[in-house]
Amino acid sequence: MSGSAKITVRGLHKSFGPKQVLKGLDLDISERESLVVIGGSGTGKSVLIKCILGILTPDAGSVKIDGEETVGISRGARDKIIRKFGMLFQGSALFDSLSVWENVAFGLIQGRGMDREQARKIAIEKLAAVGLGPEVGELWPAELSGGMQKRVALARAIAAEPEIIFFDEPTTGLDPIMADVINELILRCVKTLGATTLSITHDMASTRKIADRVAMIYDGRIIWHGPVWQIDKSGNSYVDQFINGRAEGPIQMAVRG
Amino acid sequence: MNFVAAVGRVFLAFLEATGRLAVFTGTAVSYCLTPPLYLRQILRQMVDIGYYSLPVVGLTAAFTGMVLALQSYTGFSRFEAESAIATVVVLSMTRELGPVMAGLMVAGRIGAAMAAEIGTMRVTEQIDALTTLSTNPMRYLVAPRLIAGLATLPILVLVADIIGVFGGFSVSVYKLGFNPAGYLKNTFDYLETQDVVVGLVKAGVFGFIIALMGCYNGYHSRGGAEGVGSATTAAVVSASVLILSFNYVITELFFSR
Repeated sequence: MSGSAKITVRGLHKSFGPKQVLKGLDLDISERESLVVIGGSGTGKSVLIKCILGILTPDAGSVKIDGEETVGISRGARDKIIRKFGMLFQGSALFDSLSVWENVAFGLIQGRGMDREQARKIAIEKLAAVGLGPEVGELWPAELSGGMQKRVALARAIAAEPEIIFFDEPTTGLDPIMADVINELILRCVKTLGATTLSITHDMASTRKIADRVAMIYDGRIIWHGPVWQIDKSGNSYVDQFINGRAEGPIQMAVRG
Repeated sequence: MNFVAAVGRVFLAFLEATGRLAVFTGTAVSYCLTPPLYLRQILRQMVDIGYYSLPVVGLTAAFTGMVLALQSYTGFSRFEAESAIATVVVLSMTRELGPVMAGLMVAGRIGAAMAAEIGTMRVTEQIDALTTLSTNPMRYLVAPRLIAGLATLPILVLVADIIGVFGGFSVSVYKLGFNPAGYLKNTFDYLETQDVVVGLVKAGVFGFIIALMGCYNGYHSRGGAEGVGSATTAAVVSASVLILSFNYVITELFFSR
């Protein structure tokens, strides 16, 4: 697999003060594969994505994109790598001070220097791809519902047609129907682009829908990975407890009474 | 021993904060001096800092000039030196009160707004989103604010100087019965170019400090709404203290003989 690996992570460590979040994490994602990393809150899922994106600097370890090392590289080299990425944030992270179409076109105008009119046309196309009409482009993010904000954020993530897309809890905070709509849109958009995707979630319905392969993170390491169809017979007690949502099992949540 | 350790911890924390601010300032200034510059952002910030601060700074300057004339009259009339009022008003306004009063008012209005806006962007992951859209957040958010602060406050202070002098003039002429032509003659006879220029240099420094403190505190805010609130307070307090400190330093540099 490592021969065609789009993303290769080896021995990733990251601590915040005395708290060790990632403790030597290894991960491979093949080209055009959709990998979903599952795990409880506070297990390091978001930190993993931010280390791959370069938003956080790992304490140790290696992150390779298309075989190129990205840890410790220059600002210019990082700018080139980041052009391959798109990201859908958990809270959508739309820019409040810009209209919807400007949000979608932002990476094209500011990041790639595209002419505003041309970028606007592409933004309207991308909004249509996520099921939103051109009139939505003129609204402000604060005027949209949570589901619409997620759609706009998805349109923004795919606007520059990235090779790798990260999804951070794409369905959190949405009702089950809207969550399924977002999952469908993710599948359709990713298929159209032919992108490699890394998603993190604890929503099992979403995982089963969008994943080719699933990896489970626990205590700063990947403790199990395999094709999505194997998840119900993983033979791993941690995975079983997590996917069935049981309080009893090897994973002990810290509960304050 | 515990006392020594506590003092040491405070000292180390102070050094760490100073170092972090120095690195932030150095990085931000390097982005101000190298292309690309986001001109649209710079103009937007200039309008925010200059145009929208004009009413509050104008009112402050007018009342300061008026009070200066009244108080000077009360003091100087005791030894028949009323003719010095015009000189006192114009020198106080241009050298000290214009830049300091405008600086403090703008710190409250703009420093707080910058910290709140950037802090909210931080806690809602909008700053991370900028990175994933191939846009350096320091270049896009911080550099335009620093340039706008540095460039706009001198213009604002020049206007404040004029309004302040006019405030003193109107009280002296309409309330205290001074001859308008004589007052204006006394105003300009003893005013030197250096008085105005140094006041404007102070204004530039204060504008930079206000923007720097707003951006720095907002950029490093943590922990949701409470963190943004703390950042806003810290931005205003630190900018105000630095304005008063640097006012003394610049005065010492230019006017002490």
